[in-house]
Amino acid sequence: MITGIGVSAGIAIGRAYLLKKQETALTGLTITDEAAIATEIEKFDKAVELSLIEVNILIDSYHEANGSEGLEILEAHIELLSDPQIKEDVAEKIFAEKKNVNDAVIEVIADAVTMFKNMEDEYMRARAADVEDIGNRILKNLSPTGKAPAHTYPPDTIIIADDLSPSDTISMDTTCIIGFATRAGGKTSHAAIIAKSRGITAVVGCGNLLTEVKNNDLLILDGQSGAIMVNPDEQTIITYQAKREECQAHNLLLKSLKDKPAITTDGIAVKLLANIANADDMEQAHDLGAEGSGLLRTELLFMGRDAFPSEDEQFEFYKAVALKAKGKPVIVRTLDIGGDKPLPYFNLPAEQNPFLGYRAIRICLDRTDIFITQLKAILRASAFGKLKIMFPMIANVQEIRAAKIVLNEAIEDLHKAGISFDKTIEIGIMIEIPSAAITADLLAKEVDFFSIGTNDLCQYTLAVDRMNEKIKDLYDPYNPGVLRLISYVIDQAHKNNIEVGMCGELASDANATLLLLGMGLREFSMSATSIPTIKNTINNNAMGFANQIYERVMAMDNSTTISAYLKEVNK
Amino acid sequence: MISKDYIITAAEGIHARPATALVKLTKRFKSTISIKKGDRVVKLNSLLNILSLAAKGGETISIIVDGEDEVGALVAIDMFFHEELKHL
Repeated sequence: MITGIGVSAGIAIGRAYLLKKQETALTGLTITDEAAIATEIEKFDKAVELSLIEVNILIDSYHEANGSEGLEILEAHIELLSDPQIKEDVAEKIFAEKKNVNDAVIEVIADAVTMFKNMEDEYMRARAADVEDIGNRILKNLSPTGKAPAHTYPPDTIIIADDLSPSDTISMDTTCIIGFATRAGGKTSHAAIIAKSRGITAVVGCGNLLTEVKNNDLLILDGQSGAIMVNPDEQTIITYQAKREECQAHNLLLKSLKDKPAITTDGIAVKLLANIANADDMEQAHDLGAEGSGLLRTELLFMGRDAFPSEDEQFEFYKAVALKAKGKPVIVRTLDIGGDKPLPYFNLPAEQNPFLGYRAIRICLDRTDIFITQLKAILRASAFGKLKIMFPMIANVQEIRAAKIVLNEAIEDLHKAGISFDKTIEIGIMIEIPSAAITADLLAKEVDFFSIGTNDLCQYTLAVDRMNEKIKDLYDPYNPGVLRLISYVIDQAHKNNIEVGMCGELASDANATLLLLGMGLREFSMSATSIPTIKNTINNNAMGFANQIYERVMAMDNSTTISAYLKEVNK
Repeated sequence: MISKDYIITAAEGIHARPATALVKLTKRFKSTISIKKGDRVVKLNSLLNILSLAAKGGETISIIVDGEDEVGALVAIDMFFHEELKHL
C-alpha cells in the first residue's frame, strides 16, 4: 500500500494511466544580432498572447458547478501571464544577457518558482505551481510544434503523475478521469483545491513509492485517508465498493446541507458550532457549515513543549483562530488542565482523584500569573475577530467573581499600554459541576452565557469515572438526573436572558437533538464532522414534535426507557 | 502622493485571490499604486510582486498612491482593505 495525503472525500476504483511531463531545457544559444533582440521580444509577446487566449477559452468553458476556486485560479493565471514584472525580467535577460527568449523565460520562471518555494507559508509555497504552470504554457507557445494533441482516456482512469499543474486539473475530463495521485504536492496546492471542488478523488504527496505503479494497474484510491492500493484482491475491492457508495451518499448529504441554515420545519433557527483546537480546525468547520466555534480548547497550545507559552505566542495562536473565523464567534475556554493532563514543565503532584483535584479554574485562580498571561493574550486577539471568554470547572459564584478580578486586571494593563481589544467581549462559564447546574439561577446573574459540558456534568453527577472499564456502563447522559440538571440550566439561562449552549458530546448525539430542542436549547457545539447529521435532524422536524418528546422523556423514570424511546422516535 | 497604512484583515493574508483583485483594481486608475511591507516597495500592477511580499493576516502594510486620480484610487483601496478583503 502507498500512503499519501488524501485531499478530497471519496473512493476511486480504476486503472492507472501514467502521465509524463515534457521537459523544457535550456538551449544555451545567445543572440549575436541586435535586430534579433526585437524578434525575440516579439516572440515572447506572441506566446503570451496565445497563452492568454488559451486560458480565456478555459475560463469560458468553465462550469460554475465546479466551484469558484478553479475560476479564480484561472483569473490569477491571466494576471500572471500579463504581469509587467515578468515581461520586464524576460526583456532584461534578452537585452542585457543576450539570451534567446526560450532560455530567458525558463530562467525568469525558475527564479520566481524558487522565490515561492522558499517562502515560509505553506500556501505561498504552493503558488510556485501556478508560476510554473504559466511558464510552461508560454514555453509551449514559443515552440513551433506548439499544441500537444488532446488525449482521450478510457472510462475510470486514475491519473498517476509526478505533479499536476492547476490547469491540468481544471481541464481534466471528469467523465473519464475519476481520480489522480501525485508524487509531489500538498493539501494547499491548487491541484488539491480544485480536485476537492470538482469532486475528483485525489491523493497527493505520495512520494517515490508512486513510481512502482505501472500503466493499467488496478488501483483503489482513498481520497480521505490517502491510501492507495495497487492491484488489490477481490475482497478488498468489494469492501471499498461498499465504502464508495457510503461516501457518495454522505457527500450528497453534505453538499445539500452545507449552505442551508439549521432551521426546524416550523421556522425555529438553531446555531450549530464547532469544537476546535486550532486555526486549521476552523477551516474544516467552515466547510461543514459551522456558524462559529462554541469551544476553542486551549490545552494544545500548552502541551508538547518545555515551558509555558509566552503572551505573544498565545496571542498569535488566538489571533490566527480569530482571523480564520471570519467574523463568526469563537468561545475561547481558558486553560483546562489537571492531574490527568500533566504538563512536563508544570509540576503537578500526583493526586488520588485528579478529576476532583487541582485543575482548570482552580489552578488559574491559584496561579494568577499563568491566568493573566492567557487572558491578556485572548483580549489582544479579540481585536481581530469575535472572541468570547469561557471559564471551565466553575463550582460557585465566588470563583466567577475572582476570575473577573483577574480579567479586569488584564483589561487595566492593556488600557495602560494603549493596546486595542474588544471592550464588549462576552464572559461565560462552563456548566459541568452539579453545584453550578443547581445554582444556575445565581450564576446567570454574573455572566453573559453558559455552555453545558455534558461529559463532566454527567461524570460528576453520577459519580462515575468513565475511564474505569468496570463501571463505564454507568456513565449515562440519559439518566433522568442528568437530563433534569440540563433542562434546569437552560430554563434559568432563558429566565435571566443570557445565552446558553452545549459543547459536550450530547450535543453531537443525533438521538438527543430533538429532546434538547424541546428543552429550549438553540446552540449546539460539536466536532465539525457531526454538524451535517445534526442539521439534517433539525431541518426535518418541527418544534411541536420536539416539545412532545421533551414532555414524554421528562415523565420517564429510567434511562433504558428513555434511550429506547429516543431511538424509536429518531428512526 | 498619498500614503496610508492598513492592517490585513484576511486570515490567509494577501494570497492569490485578493492579490488578483488588487491588480485589477490598480488597472482602473492612472495613478501609480505601490505597496510597502517592511523595507520592500513593489508596484501593485504585478501579481508576482504582490505575492512575493507574502503579506500575512494581521500584518500592517502601506499603500502609496501617486498620480492625477490618486484620491479616487485611495477611496477604492480603502474599500478594498476595510470591506472587500474580508470576503475574498
